Amino acid sequence: MHIVDRRLNPSGKNLANRQRFMRRAKQQIRKAVHESAGSRSIKDADEGGEVVLPAQGVHEPSFRRSSSGGIRDHLLPGNKEYIAGDTIARPPGGGGGSGSEGSPDGEGEDDFRFALSREEFVDLFLEDLELPDLAKRRVVNAEAVVFHRAGYSVSGSPANLALNRTVRNSLSRRIALRRPKAEELQALKDEIEALSDGSDEPRRIALEEELLRKQRRTGLIPYIDPLDVRYKRFEAMPKPVAQAVMFCLMDVSGSMTEHMKDLAKRFYVLLYIFLKRRYKNVDVVFIRHTHQASEVDEDTFFNSPETGGTVVSTALEEMQRVIVERYSPDNWNIYAAQASDGDNTASDNDKTAALLTKVLLPACQYYAYLEVGRDSEHFPPGFIRRDSDLWQTYSTIIRNGAPMAMRKVGHRRDIYPVFRELFAKKNQGAEAHAE
Amino acid sequence: MSSTLIRAERPLFEGADWEFSTIQRCHDEISKIALGEMGLDIYTNQIEVIGTEQMLDAYSSIGMPLFYKHWSFGKHFARNEAMYQAGMQGLAYEIVINSNPCISYIMEENTAMMQTLVIAHAAFGHNHFFKNNYLFQQWTDANGILDYLEFARDYIMSCEERYGEVAVERLLDAAHALMSHAVHKYPRKRTADLRSEEKRERERREHDEKVFNDLWRTVPGKDNAKNNPTAEEQRKAILQLPQENILYFMEKTAPRLAPWQREVLRIVRIIAQYFYPQSQTKVMNEGCATYTHYEIMNRLHAKGLLTDGAMVEFLSSHTNVVFQPEFDDRRYSGLNPYALGFAMMQDIERICKTPTAEDKQWFPHIAGCNDHMNVLRDVWANYRDESFILQYLSPKLVRQFGLFHVMDDSNEPNLRVEAIHDERGYRKIKQALAKQYDISWTSADIQVVDVNLAGDRKLILHHRALNRVLLEEKDARQVLQHLADLWGYDVLMKEVDPGTEAVLKEHAASPRPGIVKVEPAA
Repeated sequence: MHIVDRRLNPSGKNLANRQRFMRRAKQQIRKAVHESAGSRSIKDADEGGEVVLPAQGVHEPSFRRSSSGGIRDHLLPGNKEYIAGDTIARPPGGGGGSGSEGSPDGEGEDDFRFALSREEFVDLFLEDLELPDLAKRRVVNAEAVVFHRAGYSVSGSPANLALNRTVRNSLSRRIALRRPKAEELQALKDEIEALSDGSDEPRRIALEEELLRKQRRTGLIPYIDPLDVRYKRFEAMPKPVAQAVMFCLMDVSGSMTEHMKDLAKRFYVLLYIFLKRRYKNVDVVFIRHTHQASEVDEDTFFNSPETGGTVVSTALEEMQRVIVERYSPDNWNIYAAQASDGDNTASDNDKTAALLTKVLLPACQYYAYLEVGRDSEHFPPGFIRRDSDLWQTYSTIIRNGAPMAMRKVGHRRDIYPVFRELFAKKNQGAEAHAE
Repeated sequence: MSSTLIRAERPLFEGADWEFSTIQRCHDEISKIALGEMGLDIYTNQIEVIGTEQMLDAYSSIGMPLFYKHWSFGKHFARNEAMYQAGMQGLAYEIVINSNPCISYIMEENTAMMQTLVIAHAAFGHNHFFKNNYLFQQWTDANGILDYLEFARDYIMSCEERYGEVAVERLLDAAHALMSHAVHKYPRKRTADLRSEEKRERERREHDEKVFNDLWRTVPGKDNAKNNPTAEEQRKAILQLPQENILYFMEKTAPRLAPWQREVLRIVRIIAQYFYPQSQTKVMNEGCATYTHYEIMNRLHAKGLLTDGAMVEFLSSHTNVVFQPEFDDRRYSGLNPYALGFAMMQDIERICKTPTAEDKQWFPHIAGCNDHMNVLRDVWANYRDESFILQYLSPKLVRQFGLFHVMDDSNEPNLRVEAIHDERGYRKIKQALAKQYDISWTSADIQVVDVNLAGDRKLILHHRALNRVLLEEKDARQVLQHLADLWGYDVLMKEVDPGTEAVLKEHAASPRPGIVKVEPAA
């Protein structure tokens, strides 16, 4: 008998089958992911998890006898009261008295549920999304350096020894300097050996002299000379990197209800996952504002409460300051996403518009504005909603053809579709590539 | 089991932990009992310890250690994984493969008692059954299966490289859909060799000489017209029609398949054939293994090799395995093959040792023979579920299970109880139950009946709808579509009543391009 411990065998033997299955059911899985993205909380969005597929799509058919009609025999255990000839009313469902007998291979027609890994889920979740116009590419410093082969050098580390080239040099040098070959020496030795019986003494002496000369020459001319040695040379080439910075602006003033803040947060969390996932070189700057604005870290941005009035331009000024200080538009692709309930101090609208059109929009690749509203279902019918101050202001700017988009969101379930709309791949040919 | 408490003098293990030496020790002790005392005959054992993921892996590839790649296996894996993680389904303690050496996978999470149990169950019980049962001997090649699977995997992989994953996937989809009808149910005629031909010829001549009577010459001859087969009969004879092995027919006859496609069909067909005996011997196979492990565990305990604690753990697990819920129980999901098999094996032992008058009347050839192992070994070697139940289901068991036979005729308003566990019912119940395990009764009887290769090449199949039970329509249409894709021309399936030959229903399918080149319809 043998005992074999298979536990240490490489795992993931089934990966190839899983991939085939995922490819096969791609349409359905994608749909299921998008549906479940609407229902689950955004925080869990990149958790992976269970999705439910309709069974029909991945059904494996076979010739089976139908489960209804015809004459059927049932053999059942546990008889208590029946005697031969009794009649039993047909149980509902028509399946006969067989209880739940299940189909032959144990596969019901239930929906098919299975678990996606986090990677798979996020991949499908964020499929087809792209930061628009990731155009400016900049050569950045040391961290993004790639080494390219660039010929040979006479110095280098032993690991980079170019063996072929070294031996080639050595060979040509040996030929040029007529270094005696090992076979030649051997032939001479053999001949001397043959003459050692003394038959042709003068010739033997001449040969021995020649051998001596050749051996000296061999000693003088090395097989491999330091001159021959070559090393592979590598040159550090700076790698062009598309780098981007994302500004997240959010109104946290008193007019923003918890519901609105929640919507905005969800939008940003989604955005954040997307950016972290898609781009290696993306900086994210969080700016929140009331009647005054400040740059904060991620945690404060999402979690810490704040009250005050609403002056949108303060946030734009803060953004401008950060751009000037750290993110020169020459080197960075700048994106901004702003979330607000649309309220603004009336006197501030002109300033906001001016800041945007004159300073920020020219510097930005793309500016998205998300207006969060109350649950739209709560509006009584016939109620006409007046567009908010900010919405009106921005509409004018967009009409003038600025690279800007805006959407309204009223309910949690709209977040994901709106997000997709804003960031859906516009055309494949555009020069927008993930690193 | 004897009721006296036996102190374990030199237990094989204590507590739940085990190591490889424990397994070796258990195997050796079990081996003494199984081979020495019970007279089992097994392939050499190879025991492999695996983890959860590997067990799920084995689940998805029908228990085989290596298999070709197909999305459906990924699907099964994903399903089982989800069920397992949600706690809706436990995993088997072991999987055993009918190969030589006989490979048993045992789970690393099992306790020491459980490892002993599964070794007794799988590595000895199932192993003996695989090696000795006539169906396995006839239909499977335990020496070659692993090599064949390796060949299959490599071949299909190379096809994927040459012809693309999609092309292979479509072909396998079609082949898998027909897998249930890809077995030869009867052994084919073996090609005769010269020696046996000569022997037969000699015997025939001797027979002729013995029964020679000149009178026969004077009897008027038969009508010779019968001997000239019609064109249709000739055609059917050449194509070996009717043919119930549909994949075989496709492999040999489908006009447009490429050679590699035929080979792939052959692979699927051969694997289906390999599993054919298992589907016919569920009750016996499990009965044999369960009886073996029960016997071995008790003997180990009697020898003082198992502690009382381990024995209690074993009995609790064993009782779960052979539990049979009654029909009105929420847990009922058909007859439990472990329960029925184990009960029948034990019953045979009882009949051999302490027969009642009833047993003597029903089983005169074994009642009181006192050599139950001999009888059991003979049973394990020479029966399948259907014939086993027909032969050995005793009235006592029918009473014990409270079996009754209900007939459900969809033309009648009510179900009718045909037979119960009484004097008049035993035989009926036995026959009806045996029929449930007869594969030719339970799986749809579908045959390729005709095709005119010189004409429109329309393939005609018949489903003989036993008891008026038709095919599941949606599935049938899909499978037929696959069949048409393979065949490359139209396919027609008629569901006929076997009694009256009346056509109850027809399905037709036209080929889609993809597997083979399809000519546009005229």
